[in-house]
Amino acid sequence: MDFLRPQTWADALTAKADDVDAVPIQGGTDVMVEMNFDVHRPGALLDLNPIGELTTWEQLPDDTLRVGAGMPYVRIIEELGDRLPGIAQASRTVGSPQIRNRGTVGGNLGGASPAGDLHAPLLAAGAVIEVESAARGTRMIPAADFYVGVKRNCCERDELIRAFHVKPAAGPQYFSKIGTRNAMVIAVCSFSIALYPGEKRIGTGLGSAAPTPRRAYAAEEFLAGVLDWSGPLDDRVVARFGELVADAASPIDDVRGTADYRRHALAVMAKRTLGWAWKDLGNNGKAA
Amino acid sequence: MRVTCTVNGKELEADDVWEGESLLYLLRERMGLPGSKNACEQGECGSCTVYLDDVPACACLVAAGQVEGRSVRTVEGLADGDTLDPMQEAFVECGAVQCGFCTPGLVVQAHDLVERVPNPSDAEIRESLAGNLCRCTGYEKILDAVRLAAIRKADTRKAQAR
Repeated sequence: MDFLRPQTWADALTAKADDVDAVPIQGGTDVMVEMNFDVHRPGALLDLNPIGELTTWEQLPDDTLRVGAGMPYVRIIEELGDRLPGIAQASRTVGSPQIRNRGTVGGNLGGASPAGDLHAPLLAAGAVIEVESAARGTRMIPAADFYVGVKRNCCERDELIRAFHVKPAAGPQYFSKIGTRNAMVIAVCSFSIALYPGEKRIGTGLGSAAPTPRRAYAAEEFLAGVLDWSGPLDDRVVARFGELVADAASPIDDVRGTADYRRHALAVMAKRTLGWAWKDLGNNGKAA
Repeated sequence: MRVTCTVNGKELEADDVWEGESLLYLLRERMGLPGSKNACEQGECGSCTVYLDDVPACACLVAAGQVEGRSVRTVEGLADGDTLDPMQEAFVECGAVQCGFCTPGLVVQAHDLVERVPNPSDAEIRESLAGNLCRCTGYEKILDAVRLAAIRKADTRKAQAR
């Protein structure tokens, strides 16, 4: 087994191109579990820790936030919580403090588990994933196109995830997750909502509810068509929104919950988060 | 491969480290520091919590090669010679120990909490320790210990400020 320690991003891309089976490791919170249990023993580990730029973020001239794939959750919460409330709320539900100190959104994206906590808020917020290869340069992939199967994303074998790009919240955002306790649990299912009052539309994201994280497009279109942005929420609109979110799921029965339970819980989370977001909008037009 | 890092203030070197091995194995089996406990090996139990560059992490989830040139502080490194850290002292006094297996991880994690949050609320203590499992007692005495250590550390800080 090799342990590759590139010191620059360019060297990391070269190393990945030279050994496409090398497994990138940043926080290690997923990779090491597989190694410890001998589930997966890769030919090489590609340690991205020495590449400092992966753990930084910047605001681009058009206001978009470009967040390095190696930023641990704890720093997303502390440094970007005000601008990315949905993503920060989801980060707060990841594992335990020790896991949040090390784990990264890049790792969540690389693993592409349908249960990854960050996928739903990335989808709702319209994030774009920046990936790069030595041979073909940079690709910008909308989160909605990023997940292609259970634990599979659309990265090519010689590509590495460099950052995600997302606009600061234009309105209230919420993340909601069902689990058996408040820490150290994989979501039974999760839901994220983002309101865009200026554009009069909403974004959604579902987690642990289908083979891949996904948006509830019909629910988004329905709300965009019927919402009266200056008035109170109509209960019938809220109920229909919940139904459409549940309809967007194609969950399975497993040890954590039944498909029926997941659909029901998604409808409840969709209705609640819409209510919370609407309340914020009425109060101050910004996320809590 | 060879891994060189600073552990509890001393530069240590390990040779013939297997590339897939964890920091936990490195500490326990190669460096003779058995304080960090090996239990779940999946970041669920917190028994192997150590500081990695001043940030608590599960040593079982850090690849040994990732600590090259970095600093690690284990439960063994909290005491000053024979003088226990106030957090360790408080765990003893409050009886926050039964079999003791989870204790090193809890002590390191609680130590970090009180360094960052001098007067933590019960909710903050519970959230901070949510990744540390104790299977033989409850958590009440552990909470007592963290509260006691927080008070003592605050008193020490006040005395030093005078």
